[in-house]
Amino acid sequence: MRTALMLLLLLAVAAVPGSLFPQRRAGADVVETWIDDNPTIGPILDFLGMFDVYSSVWFSAIYLLLFVSLVGCLWPRGKQHFKTLRQPPARTPRNLKRLPEYGQLILESNGPTPEEALVDAEKLLKKSGYRTELRDGSVGAERGYVREIGNILFHFGLLGVIVFMGIGGLYKYEGQKIIVEGQGFTNNLVSYDSFTPGTAFSEERLAPFGIQLEDFDVVFDRDSETHFGQALDYTATMQVTPGPGEETYQDTIKVNDPLTVDGVRVFLVGNGYAPNITVTDGEGDVAYSGPVIAQIQDPNTNSSLVVLKVPDAQPEQLGFVGLFLPTSYTGDDGVAVSIDPDAYNPELILNSYHGDLGLDDGTPQNVYVLDTDGMTEMNSRNNENGGITLGVGDSYDLPDGMGSISFDGWDRYVGLDLHYDPSKWGVGFFSSLALVSLVISLYVRRRRAWVKATERDGHTVIEYGLLARGETFGLREENIKLRQSFDHTWPVIPPDTSEDK
Amino acid sequence: MTPINETLAQYSELFMLIAALIYLVSFFFFSWDMASASRSIRKLENELETVNTKELVGASGPSVNEPNDRKQLVSDDMEYTDGIKRPAANIGVAILVVAMLAHAFAVVARAVAASRAPWGNLYEFMTSGALVITVVYLLFLLRKDLRFVGTFVSGVVLLMMMGATIGFPTPVGNVQPALQSWWLITHVSVAVVASGIFALTFSMSVLQLIKQRAEKQGPVNGFMRLVPSSSALENWSYRLNAVAFVMWTFTLIAGSIWAEQAWGRYWNWDAKEVWTFVIWVIYAGYLHARATRGWTGTRSAWLNITGFLALVFNYTIVNLYFPSLHSYAGF
Ligand code: HEM
Repeated sequence: MRTALMLLLLLAVAAVPGSLFPQRRAGADVVETWIDDNPTIGPILDFLGMFDVYSSVWFSAIYLLLFVSLVGCLWPRGKQHFKTLRQPPARTPRNLKRLPEYGQLILESNGPTPEEALVDAEKLLKKSGYRTELRDGSVGAERGYVREIGNILFHFGLLGVIVFMGIGGLYKYEGQKIIVEGQGFTNNLVSYDSFTPGTAFSEERLAPFGIQLEDFDVVFDRDSETHFGQALDYTATMQVTPGPGEETYQDTIKVNDPLTVDGVRVFLVGNGYAPNITVTDGEGDVAYSGPVIAQIQDPNTNSSLVVLKVPDAQPEQLGFVGLFLPTSYTGDDGVAVSIDPDAYNPELILNSYHGDLGLDDGTPQNVYVLDTDGMTEMNSRNNENGGITLGVGDSYDLPDGMGSISFDGWDRYVGLDLHYDPSKWGVGFFSSLALVSLVISLYVRRRRAWVKATERDGHTVIEYGLLARGETFGLREENIKLRQSFDHTWPVIPPDTSEDK
Repeated sequence: MTPINETLAQYSELFMLIAALIYLVSFFFFSWDMASASRSIRKLENELETVNTKELVGASGPSVNEPNDRKQLVSDDMEYTDGIKRPAANIGVAILVVAMLAHAFAVVARAVAASRAPWGNLYEFMTSGALVITVVYLLFLLRKDLRFVGTFVSGVVLLMMMGATIGFPTPVGNVQPALQSWWLITHVSVAVVASGIFALTFSMSVLQLIKQRAEKQGPVNGFMRLVPSSSALENWSYRLNAVAFVMWTFTLIAGSIWAEQAWGRYWNWDAKEVWTFVIWVIYAGYLHARATRGWTGTRSAWLNITGFLALVFNYTIVNLYFPSLHSYAGF
């Protein structure tokens, strides 16, 4: 027990650093930034596993030891209890008066004989859930065996939870995908924007379904004065094709209400606007046409960042960066801002560049950051050409014959998380088992009771005693209850006329 | 979505302040009871000297063998006895009931104004949590004489009310989509009730440690004589903690089910989850300590205190400063 206690306290302490330092499992780039910002202590903490606490050697060691000790301690206890279950209740002590709860009754002379009284007593004890044995001159009784069973099941339930969490680590996978209204997605590796497989993942395990975002709808709060414009409800209407050649059906995804296809759960975790933009290059060819994912910068107004790289433009590559304002309003200072999260007056405010996007040397680039090192600024609020401001349907000719850009309209997009975890049912089962058996192990009371009957002066004298194993709460109440049921069954001489004192 | 009832919302805020003021008055009376304990005890003992002690002390009551002036004044089972009169504590309880009514009105009004459960943000969480603590305490008072922790309970509730109204005032609003879940409502309500019980046993463990020191140093004096014996306090905190631990286990499970529904992962070691787990493990350690030789008494009381401090840390520092999905940034 002491080892278990120490390991438990150690586990509590060991879990804490994972909440103090950024964890790689939640975002590797945050960790790298943290280490860069703290060049002395960062690498030391990294060496100690402070950024991967829950998969670190020391954390795993603690909980593995805990469970080794659990099995080592509860297995023998379980075997012992299994034996106890088949043994009769403990033998009757010679002196019941020594027990923590004791009582004596004297019956009227017309009452039952000692033998008959013991048969009654056994029946009464059985009715209150005791296991009983009728002996020579006494009844032995015991109850609360399930307490120990509860205790053992609780601990093995915890073991089950850990085992199934481990199995989950092998077979689960999760991935992210952004899709714009009208676009679709099929469940294969190349379709994902990012993908995290379990350690035993293979590609054949991906269920071959397809989903398509038909419509995404947001309800905004228009009644409250204080929270005007707060988003209240999101609904993504999806077309689902469960497998190749199978019938397509419609379903919806909401926050807290995912879509389930073939065991894969699809969650709504993000959303935003995707303006449709067409870029024609200096040679008159369409170099880009389609939706551009704009990242929401301010959730109150949905003012969003737009970055568009057009590597196919000739004679020079083009780049645009700026804002999508769903409800654009230009104040007295001439600066356009969004004043509502819904799209009442969408506008694009862009700067433009021409030159080298820096994509050709093969280093991976963040699609949401435009690297302007190799580029020349064409449009900006700070130069003579000014920034580009486009309403829906507007078009703008770039300076120096570099082409043109037009804002054709907008769609909404959703960010989806896809999760597959076949072991979660096992985890759910064993944690429920642990909960139920914990209740049993904490609230079922273990009791031993003995009743003796003798004869004195033609009266039957009953003596009984109670003993608690473990917690003694409520032993007195149990005594009173037993006493009452005896009083009901037998013609007991009231205590003030007997010598019961 | 039903619109927010702004008038009701204003009444709610007003009554929250009124309730806080009434709690303050109740706190003063409980403190007065504590401060005047020695005098009330002396008065009772003077009365007792003129009465035959045998008549007052029943067979199951306090032990007759103790010298008259060192008699136990409270029952270890925290039953009400008609021993000592504590008018200040009784007024404190009565005022606490009034405060609770005003407080309950404020919380319910807020829930009705927003047509949802009143725990969508930290302000609501703290004010409804404080209400649960008061209600749990008053319910226990119906059966058990827990007046000796009155100062503590009214003090904690007062702090929570002040923290909420001064630190995190938030106008009534609809709740973010991520928080609209049945599992979340059960998760939070059970967690709040469990925390209320943990708060109570925390105060009992603190008193246990103080009383234990007093007992060791000889005769106990003053307010501490109105507190049950340290072993009774230990037994009762264990009993209550066993209930709260089951609730906390449920909290953990319900929270995981909600996380699975909201984000697809039932457990992600995010800051809030880590601390919920840490608290659970500390209390599991506490329950183990009961069955471990050398760990009962003082050590288990310290474990219980540590558990509660972790709980407070979780509701304050972790909620405010630790980045977490539970802070709903981003959606
Ligand atoms: C995974 C970590 C563990 C947790 C969360 C845990 C939790 C608990 C809880 C809540 C109880 C109270 C139930 C009761 O009083 O009947 C308990 C009791 C017990 N635990 Fe654990 N336990 C853990 C590991 C262990 C280990 C490793 C051992 C083996 C040494 C162990 C042995 C026991 C025993 C013997 C009892 C019964 C105590 C009694 O008779 O009152 N536990 N445990």
